Amino acid sequence: MSQPIAFTLRVNGKDYSVRVPARRSLADALRDDCGLTGTHLGCEHGVCGACTVLVDGKPIRSCLVFAVQAKGTEIRTVEGLAQEEKLHPLQQAFWEHHGLQCGFCTPGFLMLAAGVLEAEPNISDEELKHVLSSNLCRCTGYQNILKAVRAAAVEMKKRPK
Amino acid sequence: MKYIGRSVKRLEDRTLLLGRGQYAADLAAPGQLYMRVVRSQVAHGKILAIDTSEARSHPGAQAVWTYEDVRHVPPIGIRLTRVGGLEPYQQTLLAKDQVRYVGEPMAVVFADDPYAAEDAAELVRLEVEELPAQISPLDAPEAALVEKGYGDLTAAYAAAHTVVELEVAVGRHTGVPLETRGALADFDPASGILTMKGAAKVPHYNRDQVARMLDLPGDMVHLIQGHVGGGFGVRGELYPEDVLVCQAALRLKRPVKWIEDRFEHLMAANHSRDQIHRLRAAVDANGFLLGLEAEIFTDQGAYIRTHGVTVSDLACAMLPGPYVIPAYRARAHVRLTNKTPCGTYRAPGRYESTFARERLMDAVAARLGLDPMEVRRRNFIPPERMPFERGVDTLGTRVVYDSGNYALLLEKLLAKLDYAALKRDLAARRAGGEKVGLGIGFFVEKSGLGPADKAVITLEADGSVEIVTGAASIGQGIETVMAQICAEVLDIAPERMRVVHGRTDRIDHGMGAFASRVTVMTGCAVKAAAEALKEKMGREKPPLTAEGWFRSTHMNYPYGAHAAVVRVDEATSAVKVERFVVACDIGRAVNPMLVEGQLTGGAAQGIGGALLEEFLYDASGQPLATTFADYLLPTAHEVPQIEVLVTEDAPSPLNALGVKGAGEGGINAAGAAIAAAVDDALARPGAVTRLPITPRRLHRITLSAKEAIR
Repeated sequence: MSQPIAFTLRVNGKDYSVRVPARRSLADALRDDCGLTGTHLGCEHGVCGACTVLVDGKPIRSCLVFAVQAKGTEIRTVEGLAQEEKLHPLQQAFWEHHGLQCGFCTPGFLMLAAGVLEAEPNISDEELKHVLSSNLCRCTGYQNILKAVRAAAVEMKKRPK
Repeated sequence: MKYIGRSVKRLEDRTLLLGRGQYAADLAAPGQLYMRVVRSQVAHGKILAIDTSEARSHPGAQAVWTYEDVRHVPPIGIRLTRVGGLEPYQQTLLAKDQVRYVGEPMAVVFADDPYAAEDAAELVRLEVEELPAQISPLDAPEAALVEKGYGDLTAAYAAAHTVVELEVAVGRHTGVPLETRGALADFDPASGILTMKGAAKVPHYNRDQVARMLDLPGDMVHLIQGHVGGGFGVRGELYPEDVLVCQAALRLKRPVKWIEDRFEHLMAANHSRDQIHRLRAAVDANGFLLGLEAEIFTDQGAYIRTHGVTVSDLACAMLPGPYVIPAYRARAHVRLTNKTPCGTYRAPGRYESTFARERLMDAVAARLGLDPMEVRRRNFIPPERMPFERGVDTLGTRVVYDSGNYALLLEKLLAKLDYAALKRDLAARRAGGEKVGLGIGFFVEKSGLGPADKAVITLEADGSVEIVTGAASIGQGIETVMAQICAEVLDIAPERMRVVHGRTDRIDHGMGAFASRVTVMTGCAVKAAAEALKEKMGREKPPLTAEGWFRSTHMNYPYGAHAAVVRVDEATSAVKVERFVVACDIGRAVNPMLVEGQLTGGAAQGIGGALLEEFLYDASGQPLATTFADYLLPTAHEVPQIEVLVTEDAPSPLNALGVKGAGEGGINAAGAAIAAAVDDALARPGAVTRLPITPRRLHRITLSAKEAIR
């Protein structure tokens, strides 16, 4: 096996020095090397979206990216959504609209929705459903996730950037 | 009622939303080893040799085990059903001299790092002489025959105006929780206690089994549940991997962690459904069923696992459903094939039997030229016959429907649909060339399996409350519901309560979470404990502790109906669900928001099973669905807005809360309703005989219709 590579991952505005083999996925590095276990692995082949994080603002599947590829980027994970203990509007809306049951897919949906709403605050309901259909949830039947994201979109537009 | 009946926001959510959940993969212990399972790549074969030498010398590898290393450990036991003679079909921790399905554990590798464990596992050389694989259950060896019945069938056939027969089948599905299975076992030599974290569903039962299998005193084994990423019947049963992790922690004297990947999950965790039903009904001139006979074939896969023959048993017991049916006989053949072993999946035996029975009711309607809803009305058990002795047993209990007004629920559903107008509208669209249709399936569920649950509640000096239960969480919201029930008695806000579950070290008795039992059984135990505590509160000062029990020898029986409106796209043979309504009576809803969540989520899974999900195998027994690209879960695209109608017309007389379980009514009749809707869209009664209705199957149906016209 090739020698580990040492570099810095910038996650939620904080620098993490990691030393990992080239083949280590970003998801594994976030979870095992940065201790950020809020990012979950549901399939490890890019279908379920539970591992979605934002890299330079864009939602990506961290199971399909090598950690070393994320060098020099700004990564955001579910742990960075809330401000101190104050929930992000998406988190608050998921709570109020019962947008989660087991909660395993939730971080992926939150980050997917955060990335989309920040880029397209006026996204139509139909487009939003299209985007959210890229992640899997086995508990909720999606209806409350859609409701929550729509409600959060309204809240997020009210907030200063 | 101040707290019960309110849509209280979940106590569970904040931690999960912040990304602070502790699922199995999030656990770690200093010095932990990682276990990787080496699995059979052939469906049936004789093991000639397993060469582990190269794997053993891989950097980081600490041990490699095969059957010889665990030969003293008994096979995985049977938790449910009292059918004897199943012992020969139990699964050993690692394959002994034969392999019987692709994915069967043959060896395990323990290494310092998960990547090294996986590398070393690939170096284990398996020499297997391939044998022919048994694929069809129809000519497969029979592990067990389940028989149930009552009444005089001969007389029923003698009096029949007509006999309606059909054969239908439900494909192989499974629960697919988003979190794969996993565990972390740790042995503490100082206390002598073995702890396995990552438990779910039935921790107390599994604790006893692990202790028995590894020859430890029961109180020296602790099973502890963290957050659980979905259950659905699959997760939390005792699997070979759980016991291997525990055995390894004992023998290797280091904590051992195992997390399966999705590829493994889809071929090693329990599958379910996969039943063929042959029904034969004696029907009078009015469409009343005088008698019903069922021959059921269950494709059990390679071994009998923890559920025994539960799924077949439940299919036989629940097939008669909401109808009177004076004479009945069912025979379920549990057959062994070279496929992944089967267990339960949400509404086990009912998703299948409801599909079969409701297809039959539609066939009766078509035969006699009656409206399908009218045939159901004529057969419903009337409310004045409640409680209704069904005439069969299941899960060690007599099936006695405790309460229900089936006709009323159907009328409420039809009113919600505006049935007559909807039928007219769909007929007009069909006349305009669209292939659209409506289907309705009725069902009876079961919930609240006993025999007993215990709860211990403590009022702390600071005014907070701890509720210790023997239940388990699989993500369904048990903490919130238990807190609401306790809050109602104590008049203390649910937010002041902390609910403990899934911990064998905190309570000596626990039955866990299955069979939609928690709200009924654990909920009533919490109520009893809270009442006992309240009595003490008048006399003494906190901290105060009280205990409560709830016992029940009978299950209770929620019921409902699903309605689907579908559109068939002739060009692609795809089915789009335009509208889906779940009507369900659960006696009383403790938290309506959570009940709706359960019903909606169940409906989504039911739609998946009706249209998308299936494990297929090729002729050599190779599984064709081992990734999410092949086993298709419904996405936000496929699931329409689910309309939910929760009624409380028939509270259960068997418990003081009047509650019945809400976990499985959302999925039960989804296949039945969608099949009927597709028939209606094609204007071909009885066209759908098999789920899922994939584009390939639908194309075949429409093709055969065109040929018939030619």
